[in-house]
Formats: sequence, C-alpha cells, structure tokens
Amino acid sequence: MTLLHGRARTWAGFAGAAVLLFALAPLALTDFRLGLLAKYLCTAMVAVGICLAWGRGGLLTLGQGLFFGLGGYAMAMHLKIADAGPGNLPDFMQLYGTATELPWWWRPFANPAFALAATVLLPMAVAALLGSFIFRRRVKGAYFAILSQALAAAFAIWLIGQQATTGGTNGLTDIQGFFGYDLDDPVNQRTVYFVIAAALLLLIALARQLIHSRYGELLVAVRDSEERVRFLGYDPAKVKLVAYVVAAGMAGLAGALFVPAVGIISPAMIGIVPSIEFVIGAAVGGRASLVGAVLGAIGVAWAKTALSEEFPAAWTYFQGLLFIVALAFLPGGLASLGGVLRRRRDRQRKAAVVAVGEAA
Amino acid sequence: MSSGSSILRRRFLVGGAALAAVVALSACGAKTDAAGSSDKAAKADVSGDTVKVGLLNSLSGTMAISEVTVRDSLKLAIDEINASGGVLGKKIQPISEDGASDWPTFAEKAQKLIQEDRVAATFGCWTSASRKAVKPVFEKNKSLLFYPVQYEGLEQSPYIFYTGATTNQQIVPALDYLKSKGLKKLYLVGSDYVFPRTANKIIQAYAKANGMTILGEDYAPLGSTEFSTIANKVKASKADAVFNTLNGDSNVAFFKEYKSAGLTAKSMPVVSVSIAEEEVKSIGSQYLAGQLTAWNYYQTTAGAANEKFVKAYKAKYGADKPTSDPMEAAYTSVHLWKAMVEKAGSFDPEKVKAASDGITFEAPEGKVTVDGATQHIHKTARIGEIGTDGLIKEVWDSGKPVEPDPYLKGYSWASGLS
Repeated sequence: MTLLHGRARTWAGFAGAAVLLFALAPLALTDFRLGLLAKYLCTAMVAVGICLAWGRGGLLTLGQGLFFGLGGYAMAMHLKIADAGPGNLPDFMQLYGTATELPWWWRPFANPAFALAATVLLPMAVAALLGSFIFRRRVKGAYFAILSQALAAAFAIWLIGQQATTGGTNGLTDIQGFFGYDLDDPVNQRTVYFVIAAALLLLIALARQLIHSRYGELLVAVRDSEERVRFLGYDPAKVKLVAYVVAAGMAGLAGALFVPAVGIISPAMIGIVPSIEFVIGAAVGGRASLVGAVLGAIGVAWAKTALSEEFPAAWTYFQGLLFIVALAFLPGGLASLGGVLRRRRDRQRKAAVVAVGEAA
Repeated sequence: MSSGSSILRRRFLVGGAALAAVVALSACGAKTDAAGSSDKAAKADVSGDTVKVGLLNSLSGTMAISEVTVRDSLKLAIDEINASGGVLGKKIQPISEDGASDWPTFAEKAQKLIQEDRVAATFGCWTSASRKAVKPVFEKNKSLLFYPVQYEGLEQSPYIFYTGATTNQQIVPALDYLKSKGLKKLYLVGSDYVFPRTANKIIQAYAKANGMTILGEDYAPLGSTEFSTIANKVKASKADAVFNTLNGDSNVAFFKEYKSAGLTAKSMPVVSVSIAEEEVKSIGSQYLAGQLTAWNYYQTTAGAANEKFVKAYKAKYGADKPTSDPMEAAYTSVHLWKAMVEKAGSFDPEKVKAASDGITFEAPEGKVTVDGATQHIHKTARIGEIGTDGLIKEVWDSGKPVEPDPYLKGYSWASGLS
C-alpha cells in the first residue's frame, strides 16, 4: 500500500464522516434526535482523549469527569452570568445564597474570552499540575487509575457542598442563551450541533496527527516498556504528561460544548459513574484505535438511549450485558473485530491445509 | 512504521463504514412524522381515541426504590380513570420513561415524551434536582408536569403543578408542633443536597423569630452510612429534638447509630420529613417506634376515599405494600389533571391551566383544592408517630387544608429567604 493511497483513504474517511455529520444526520433526524446526537458526540470527544492517554499511552484515565466538569462548569457559569445580565446574580445564587455579589473566583468568568479559554486551558492546567506530581513520582497502573477516580469523586462532592455558589446537586440548569443566541430556537440548537460535530472532527485530526508523529511512537513505546524508553534517554514522565494534558483539554472542550447542547451540567456528570462510562465507551469500541474509541463512545451512548426507551424497567441489565460481552470476548474492542475474524479465518485455513496435507 | 500506519488507515476506513451504520441506526429510531416538530411548542397528539401521558420516574439507580412506588400509584389512577370511561371520552395511554436517578437523563426523557410521543401531560420526578433539570424543558415546550413530592418551596413554574406539600404545609407545621410541645432546642441533620439545605435555612429563620435555638447543623453525603460522629454530636448537644432531613438509605444507618448512642424517642424525639411507610419498612420499625414524621397523608388516614385507595393499591400490587404520602399525591395528581381537562373541555395546556383554579378532589388525604395562582394545592398538614407495626399514627393535624405559600410570603420571619 503506497503512502499516497493511505493518505487518500484517510481523507476519504474524514470526508465520509463529514458528509454523515453535516448533511445526512441533520436531514434524517428530528430536532430531538439531533440534539441527542450532539450529546453523544460530546462523549466521543472525551473518548478521543482517552484513546490517546489510555489506548496509546497506557494511562487508565478513570477520572475524565473531573476535566469534563471543569470545562462544563466554566462554560455554564459564563452563560448563567450572561443570562442574569450585568449587575445581577444568577438565579440559583439568589435562591440559595446569601451573597450579594459574585464570589471573586467566579468573577473572571463573566468575560466571554476568559471563559472560553478557561474551558480548555483550566482542565489542561489542572492536569499539568496533577500529572507532573503523579508521573514524576512514577505512580502508574491501578494506583494512577484510583487516584484519578478519587479526584473526580472529590470534585463532585465539593460541588454538591457549595450549593450557594455552584448550584449544589442541581448543578447549573435553565441556560437560556449562548453568546447572544437564544438556545430555545431550533435553528440555534442545530448550529450548536454543527459546532460540536466540527470540533469532534478537529480533535480526531489533532489526535491522529499526534499518534502518527514521532511523539506518538514514543508514547506507545512508553506504554509497552517504560524502562527501555528511559534507558534510551527519554523522560517517560514528560511523554505521559503530554498525553494526559491533551486528553484533559479534550474532555474540557467536550464538557463546555455539552452545556449548550443539553442545557445542564451537574455533579451527576462528573463523579465516578460518568467517569467510568466515558472509559467504557472507548473500551467497547477499541481503546487503541481512534475510530474505534469514537464510535464506541457514540454507540454506547446511543444504546443507552435506545435501550432505556424500549425497556424502561430492564435496560440497565442489557447495558451491563453489552459491556461484559464486548470486554470478555473482544478485549481490544469492536475495532479489533476485523483482526480477530481474520486471524480465526487464517487459523481455519491453516488447519484445512494441514488436514488436506494429512489426507494426501 | 509505514506498515503500522497503513493498518491504522485501514482501520480508519472500516471505522468510517461503522460510523455510517451507527448514524443510520439512530436515524431509524427517529419517527418521520415528528419532522414538523421545529415549532417551539410541540403540540400534544390527541387525534386518536386515546390520549398519551408521560410517566417520568427513576426505575433504576438510587432513587428507584422510592420512585417505582410513585409510578405504580400513577398507573393505578390511570386504570381507575380508564375503567370509568377515560378523560373527555379518550382512554389514557401511559408512556413510562426511566429517569435513571440522573438529572440530565430526566431532561432528555422529558424532551422525548413531549416532542416524540406528544404526550398531553407528564407525571413524575422526585428529587428537586430532577425537577430543576426538567423545568426548562417543560417551560420551553409549554407542556405540563405534575410533580407529586413534598419539596423546599421557593419555586413556581407556570408549567408545573405541585401536588406535594410546600414548606408551609409540612416543615412550618412540624416546627409549630415542636414549639407547642416546648421542644425549643433543635439539632438539624440532613443529606447534602438542595432540599435539606434549603429546609434548614427556613428552620433557622423560623427558630430565630420564635425563640428556638439551633444547636447544630450537620450534613452527610447522599447515600452515606457513617453516622457515629453525628449521633455522638447530637447526644452531646443535649438538644430537645432532632429535625431530620436525611434521605433514603442514610436513615437506616442514622437511626441505628442513634439507638446505639442511647438516644430514644422519649429522651430526644426525631422529626423526619422524608420517612414514609415505605422507608419505615426498610429501616425497621424497631429503630423508629415512637419517632415523629411530618406529612399530609398516612396509610392510616381516616376517610372513605383512603379506604378505597389503600384497598385498590393492595389488590393491584400486593397486600404487604404500604401506601405513602408521595404515592397519594401522585394518585391525586392524575385525578386533578382529569378534572382540569374536563372543566377546560380540552387537553391544551394553556386551557387546562386556566381551568385549574378551584378544582377540588376528594383525595385519600381529604379534600384538596387547586390554587390556580401558585399551581400548588391546599393540603392538610399532619404529624404522625411511627408505631411498632410499621404504620404511622396521626397525633396532630391542621384541622383544615393549609393554603399553599411556596415563597412563605405570609410569614414575616421568612422575608429574607427569597
């Protein structure tokens, strides 16, 4: 296969996805279903980061809810402040709080440029800080997974306790506008969907670029044998840190775009369960393959909606079964299905050849 | 390296095909007749000889244990109405959706019920967080929600009817009762979420104005089962009574610790506002006997309407199933909706709202009346004592239905709250 041929295929893949997302889906789906697709695409954006950090870098990021939440709350708080209008407090602060003005740490979020930048940079900064401690101390494997999950849980618990300033369990709801556009209007909802679809394709392209660069090779090398990479003179801590920070930024952007699409961000989207769900989507699809992780995330989210609509009382069992089957029989996810089948066919052919040989 | 990347590229193509499959699948799930749903207020579909209503309850997750009983009760009311000829000559067809104890899911399912199923009204939600999540959905689509659970007040959505108690029909009467018994030093224990925090703010304001003292205020995370510290703090405080806004499982652990700390209903009574018959059953009446609750309905409430309700519920779901306040409020909400629709002569939410004021129903809790201005209902407040048989016996009631006052405007001490 020539290089050009491969590149052409990549372009064809992107073009196909773009046609699907920008032309077919808006035509085929009702406003409600398109809104749901926008939500699924947000989880797919998180999965792109997980593919990079876990699939390629071996970092089991069980706490992506933390970064998703940072991005989501940064965006939602800006929109709430904008909805309230200058000089007014957001509705939930008037309801539950005693303060007469915004707490100082929310004040910069009134500025749209700051808030937008913060949705990505804040999660990245937090990840950089955490990562530099974690990786330099050579925390890895299960310890890393537990630590990242604990952080997501801690963030969710903290938010719940701060009802007067973060909305507590309710989270931030009833968001009316998106940078001056009325989110109530179906046309604007559609635009939000297009922004999300474009952002997803952009993130996939970015991750693909990273995976195919020298850095991408190094990342896989660190995953497979950290010690050898260290002997070769690289610092594995730095390699891992980059993947962790990029994945955090992607989760932050996903959280930020989730807010206008769904109209709510709450601790229920941040703690342990949602963090695990993000990882499961990528695992079912195939964590090491970008396309597998993205489609897995979309597919699992879609299955959740479809199953719960069809079997409102029993859908959780089906969902559980789906995960068990996918992970027990296809540990590499659905993306490895082709490879598994090919190997099985080859084995059978080999066996047949042997049998024919014996008969002769 | 080049062979590795070509494998990746091949995967990319395979993935593209799979993406097509996924999108095609989700396209199949959508109904084509909903193509015109881009007009903001999705109109309810009442063209056939049935009318659809949505039942939006958590059938999975932590809230399922409570919300399933509400769903059952809603279905009982729907069966009764269908057996007696339906609403405006149409049979009610319930469409059940699972909110999964997850607030964004509640919002998603509410939207599905309104826009895809075109329901005429929706019944359900339990936690305040789920109600806050669906409130904008019902308001944007101009569709009605009937919310059957007591809550923290300070809300009045034009598209929600509140058939559970607001604070002046539950918490304030409970405080009045404690005051009348001379129990003036209180300790507040609650789960860490909106209802307990807001309720406790109201209790603090009431106490300040009524010469009561609050000796402590403690919160445990939802679902927490670690209460030895709190029980010991409560004991050391030497309070007259405890005001308990804990939810769900936490009550089991709290009351066990409470008993093992040597505290009893006699030495320091606990008034609970989230423990109904169903919860008494799961906590165990040996831990609760003698403790107080504040609600608007008990299974033991006297009256022919309640006898009929309890009998019908047990006949449908089993003799060991108790009935409780939120279940009764849910049952009542369906009957109130029917009465409103029939008075309006239409399923149109605006007309139903306009017809709502003054609608009455002989509910199991007694006669209830809809207040059209607040869209809450007049309810009788009742203090009950938990018996060893697991049932709750009424020890005090307000005598007549209390007018709903969600913003506590009629109480001068509450002026700083909203």
